[in-house]
Amino acid sequence: MIKAILIFNNHGKPRLSKFYEHFNEDIEQQIIRETFHLVSKRDENVCNFLEGGMLIGGSDYKLIYRHYATLYFVFCVDSSESELGILDLIQVNSQVFVETLDKCFENVCELDLIFHVDKVHHILAEMVMGGMVLETNMNEIITQVDLQNKMEKSEAGIAGAPARAVSAVKNMNLPEMPRNINIGDISIKVPNLPSFK
Amino acid sequence: MALKIVKGSIDRMFDKNLQDLVRGIRNHKEDEAKYISTCIDEIKQELKQDNIAVKANAVCKLTYLQMLGYDVSWAAFNIVEVMSSSKFTYKRIGYLAASQCFHESTDVIMLTTNQIRKDLSSPNQYDTGVALTGLSCFVTPDLARDLANDIMTLMSHTKPYIRKKAVLIMYKVFLKYPESLRPAFPRLKEKLEDPDPGVQSAAVNVICELARRNPKNYLSLAPLFFKLMTSSTNNWVLIKIIKLFGALTPLEPRLGKKLIEPLTNLIHSTSAMSLLYECVNTVIAVLISLSSGMPNHSASIQLCVQKLRILIEDSDQNLKYLGLLAMSKILKTHPKSVQSHKDLILQCLDDKDESIRLRALDLLYGMVSKKNLMEIVKKLMLHVDKAEGTTYRDELLTKIIDICSQSNYQYITNFEWYISILVELTRLEGTRHGHLIASQMLDVAIRVKAIRVFAVAQMATLLDNAHMLTGNTQRNGICEVLYAAAWICGEFSEHLENPMETLEAMLRPKVATLPGHIQAVYVQNAAKLFATVLKSQEGNTDSTTAQEASQLMIDRLPLFVQSANLEVQERASCILQLVKYIQKLQQKDVEVSEEVCALFAGELNPVAPKAQKKVPIPDGLDLDAWINEPPSESESEDEQPKAIFSKEEPKHSRPRHTEVDEKELARRREARKQEQANNPFYIKASPSSQKVYQETPGVEHIPVVQIDLSVPLKVPGLPMSDQYVKLEEERRQKERAEKKKKDKKKRKEKRSGRGKKHDSGPESEEDITPAHMVDIVTEEMPENALPSDDDERDPADPHKALDIDLDNLESAGKRPLADSEKLPVRSHRAAEVLKSPAEDEEGENVSSLEPKKKSSKEKREKKKDKDKDRKKSKEEKKKKKHKHEEKEEADLLCGQADEPAFQSEETNEVVTPPTSTSADVSDLDFWLSNAPVPSNTQEAATVAAAEAAPAPGAISVTTPDSEPEEPKDTEMEETKSSKHKKKKQKREKEDKEKKKKKKHHHHHHHHGDKGGEESVQNGTVEEEEPLPPMSNYCLLAENSYIKVAYDIQGNLQDGSQVVVSVIFENKCDSFLKSMEFNVLDSLNSKLQRPEGSGPHDSLTIPFQLPPGVSNEARFVFTVQSIIMPQKLKGTLTFIVKNEESSTHEKLDFKLHFTCTSYLITTPCYSDAFAKLLESGDLKSSSIRLEGVNMPFHHLLARICFHHHFSVVERIDSCASMYSRSIQGHHVCLLVKISSQTVSVDAKCDEPTLLGNVLDEIKQTFSQC
Repeated sequence: MIKAILIFNNHGKPRLSKFYEHFNEDIEQQIIRETFHLVSKRDENVCNFLEGGMLIGGSDYKLIYRHYATLYFVFCVDSSESELGILDLIQVNSQVFVETLDKCFENVCELDLIFHVDKVHHILAEMVMGGMVLETNMNEIITQVDLQNKMEKSEAGIAGAPARAVSAVKNMNLPEMPRNINIGDISIKVPNLPSFK
Repeated sequence: MALKIVKGSIDRMFDKNLQDLVRGIRNHKEDEAKYISTCIDEIKQELKQDNIAVKANAVCKLTYLQMLGYDVSWAAFNIVEVMSSSKFTYKRIGYLAASQCFHESTDVIMLTTNQIRKDLSSPNQYDTGVALTGLSCFVTPDLARDLANDIMTLMSHTKPYIRKKAVLIMYKVFLKYPESLRPAFPRLKEKLEDPDPGVQSAAVNVICELARRNPKNYLSLAPLFFKLMTSSTNNWVLIKIIKLFGALTPLEPRLGKKLIEPLTNLIHSTSAMSLLYECVNTVIAVLISLSSGMPNHSASIQLCVQKLRILIEDSDQNLKYLGLLAMSKILKTHPKSVQSHKDLILQCLDDKDESIRLRALDLLYGMVSKKNLMEIVKKLMLHVDKAEGTTYRDELLTKIIDICSQSNYQYITNFEWYISILVELTRLEGTRHGHLIASQMLDVAIRVKAIRVFAVAQMATLLDNAHMLTGNTQRNGICEVLYAAAWICGEFSEHLENPMETLEAMLRPKVATLPGHIQAVYVQNAAKLFATVLKSQEGNTDSTTAQEASQLMIDRLPLFVQSANLEVQERASCILQLVKYIQKLQQKDVEVSEEVCALFAGELNPVAPKAQKKVPIPDGLDLDAWINEPPSESESEDEQPKAIFSKEEPKHSRPRHTEVDEKELARRREARKQEQANNPFYIKASPSSQKVYQETPGVEHIPVVQIDLSVPLKVPGLPMSDQYVKLEEERRQKERAEKKKKDKKKRKEKRSGRGKKHDSGPESEEDITPAHMVDIVTEEMPENALPSDDDERDPADPHKALDIDLDNLESAGKRPLADSEKLPVRSHRAAEVLKSPAEDEEGENVSSLEPKKKSSKEKREKKKDKDKDRKKSKEEKKKKKHKHEEKEEADLLCGQADEPAFQSEETNEVVTPPTSTSADVSDLDFWLSNAPVPSNTQEAATVAAAEAAPAPGAISVTTPDSEPEEPKDTEMEETKSSKHKKKKQKREKEDKEKKKKKKHHHHHHHHGDKGGEESVQNGTVEEEEPLPPMSNYCLLAENSYIKVAYDIQGNLQDGSQVVVSVIFENKCDSFLKSMEFNVLDSLNSKLQRPEGSGPHDSLTIPFQLPPGVSNEARFVFTVQSIIMPQKLKGTLTFIVKNEESSTHEKLDFKLHFTCTSYLITTPCYSDAFAKLLESGDLKSSSIRLEGVNMPFHHLLARICFHHHFSVVERIDSCASMYSRSIQGHHVCLLVKISSQTVSVDAKCDEPTLLGNVLDEIKQTFSQC
């Protein structure tokens, strides 16, 4: 079982948090902070597994993470999950994010995740459900996500047009954003990933 | 209307959407909290509007804020509103928000049940999908119960997208509502073979998750998973299955044997490292499970360890980590194999990666021996000094203590060394584990008597240097060791060199800064020391020391009397008064030491942790019984005149009382606890001293004087553990030298006699003798303590509820779903009959009912499919079996029997209780038995023996049974000659069994001729003999084309039905088709035919038989009276088709319904059994069986198996058994055996039935 999926950046700012077990908001934040603390102090070339931390709640749980450019993808899992399997899944995970979000944006970066956290959740829902892996086939996930997005568009119809226009206008100054903050739009495109097999 | 919508969305344009919110937060870095609170105000305004789009937008923003840690539970109702929007866009937003912030105690969840149900049955698959996803996150027991049936229906949805989600969510439903597991399981199992890989993967996922917690219930699925493993290409599925097998193999070693080959294939063929690693892991599990039986597998273990070493040496840190992880699994069972890689593991301790270091630490635990313990601990101590970060250091500390104290300090040869290690550990800054060190100190000092002198000296130094430990507020955790030090010094004060000094150290004013519980111990032990000082000064004419001691006490104790801690205060004032009185006496020169010492006399012994639990309850003491008459439930009861009730009344009412009262008692106990907790004068029982430390509040608040320490922390006089390592080495060398001398002497002595003994070689484990006489005082246990080790599982574990036997779900009549187990299905409530005003609700109900009807149809179809599946799998098994036969024949020719396989089989057979031999279990056995089944080998031996030395005379003499010789011979010929002929294996088994019995007689007789010796042996080993495999299938009819066997089982659910399973086996080279089965109904028994067909119509068998194939069909018969056996005539017609021609064939048979077949194995408790016998409603009857020559447990197993009984109780050679007929007759047996004579006394409420059953039992045993 997967207990939680967390995505945060190099500064520990949460970009996505999905807990498959209930914690109240304060504890969730604490967990994110603690996990960030544990993960961030590790070197680049150490193993991707680590133990300890409150979230893990026992020797059965483990943190499995990957670090891509500015983002950490962390899965908290118990012993029924294969460690290397989850690492592969994170790879698929990031690829799917990239592929799906790619349709809307030319170059996916951390900012896209920030602004479209709801989309990211919807994508994740096609991959992991209630703490169990639902689908590992990337193409299948993308197909389903696309179909749902299409449905959303068709529902919006005429009524959605003005809203879309406004949001398009609003999004026009998006590319300026990176300058305001010190992250820079480093791509997490797949070819840059250290391939894992 | 449209205008309104457009207007609404134009309004919406100017609302902030999620992107705006994010952007805003980013632009307000400085006053983020303030900005967000204004946003929340806006959101609250938006939520008040009617426009659902606005609401959805607000909820979407809330979801984001929730991630940032803001509580949004106040909007729960609005979330439900958005969830119930008809638009997918909004629905999705609503469900997402719900999945992020709903949980079990969210009260609006109750309102969602209907909405979710509606969404689940929505025609749009994405509505359903979104609802399932959301539900998976916030399902509650109520939702699970109400929706279980809907979700189950979705498991057979046409769209795989829905199916896979429905299957996956079932796990969550099971967790919340365990009752749903049994009814849903067949369908779940079915999904393992779903055509869609996603659905299949989901089903595998769920079953693996279930099986991980309760593996034994899923053993029967092993063949299915095995098939999936060899056919699936999805790595994710494969990994899950392989992991599952890893959990199953320890339960079933034979499974391991089957797995090795496909796993090795996978290892060679796969390119995915993840899969490869899991394969290796499971291979390890298999080898471990196998090697526990057979020693020759240690070579394979070595191989695995070698492979893991390669992983650990890999530069990829992930593989290194996993290698260590897998290594620790081997460590548990094969510590020796891992020990040889000590170098590598110690090397990993130096790794820069903490995860890897921790794993290596785990491994160290198993690597220590007497020889290397000191060396390893020394290395760890170095790491402790170097380690940065308290977590890793604390981990090191606990590991050091674990390693040293494991298995009762087995590896410690020098306790002085261990004490000094512990003392060294006290110098750790900021550790949380002070109490751990303290408890070790206490434990060692108490249990190792020889070490007390040394320990006391060390503790005295520690007390003297207490300022080192308490000097820093950060180091408060460590001051727990002072607790131990003070106690040890006090308790064993007779060993103190200078008690006066220690007494002074214990009464220093700074002690008052320690936590209360430690001060209390200080005060108490100061009194003990005081007593020792007085005693030592006894008889000394100069009484100044004694008086000094009293004065010291009187001077210092008032400080403690002022303590805020009650315990300290109480003890101090008590002791102060005592000392004052003693001082008075001293001044009068009265000898007081004896009296004072008497205060603390007596030895304290360690008590085993579970001692209390294991005190046996004395005979005749019923802890649950009332001591006095239970208080009456109601006043009215009091008024009832007691005389009216006869003696029976209390007998009946008692148990009921206690049941009700147990709850009441628990409630009262709870109330009392509450009361006690609030009562400051009640001394609470402290469960363990360690807990008390942790709970002590306010440690941080005690003002501690800060001392800036720039001096290095080497305390003068404290031991350095390192010196012991050297000392120990020297000691061992000396010992060795001495030993050699001795050996030489011995050798010299021996030389005159025999030749010299082999060289002693390198020092072995046993050679190292401990430095001291270490007499570890064993922990005390109460007399006749119960041996049971009842480490029960955590009662709060949700998986405990899922430990449900699923094996016999499908096999007819075993334990089918009772009505109460069916999932609640929504139906019209009574109120709706009165035409509820809400029409739409009515419509909704109808719509939700329709799919239900459909689903029941589907279910029926599925059932058929399942039957087919089962048949298929049986076919396969038979094919395999055929191969085995060939193998057997090869064996037969060589005259060899596969001994090891036989043994493993044997143990297995004995383990499986004969009472529950269900069809499934035996199926699994067939699947698993790769090696020849024992009976086969035995048969082989028999045949060989028969060929070698036929002794027909002997057989006829010793076996007075009626079975003729001829059939046996033909059987034999058949096995030999018809190599390609497929035979009905179960039937065959029975034959073999008979033969085996014969063989017994045969052998017996032979030995009897030679001398009684071996026959006696035969009698004594009876318990170890394996149970012969049994089958209830018996031959129905046979001709040159087909062989038909059948078995009859009662249907528990319906008292008038029996199920006849018939196996058809094609014996010829032609194709058999159009098989029709017909039975001539009698008045009593009728074959159930499909609706619309006449009473004489035959049933078409729904399959065809290619050459050599067999298959099973089931027929339901209705019977009225079950007290008499009966025979039904019937015919089987079929067409034999080969290349040239096709002929119509007919086979007549007689279906024999024995009375036994109406019995159903029903477990019965002995008390219920006794009651039944006492009731006097039963008629009794008895039979005697002469010349039964088989072990008693075989006999019982036979009765259980062939006649569907279960053993209620067994005492030596006497057993009571029980069974029940499908119409509810009780049948009780009392079986006794004495020297080949078995007497069966039976009771039953139907004498005719009983008579017939007994006849049948007699028949069974006359056949052997």
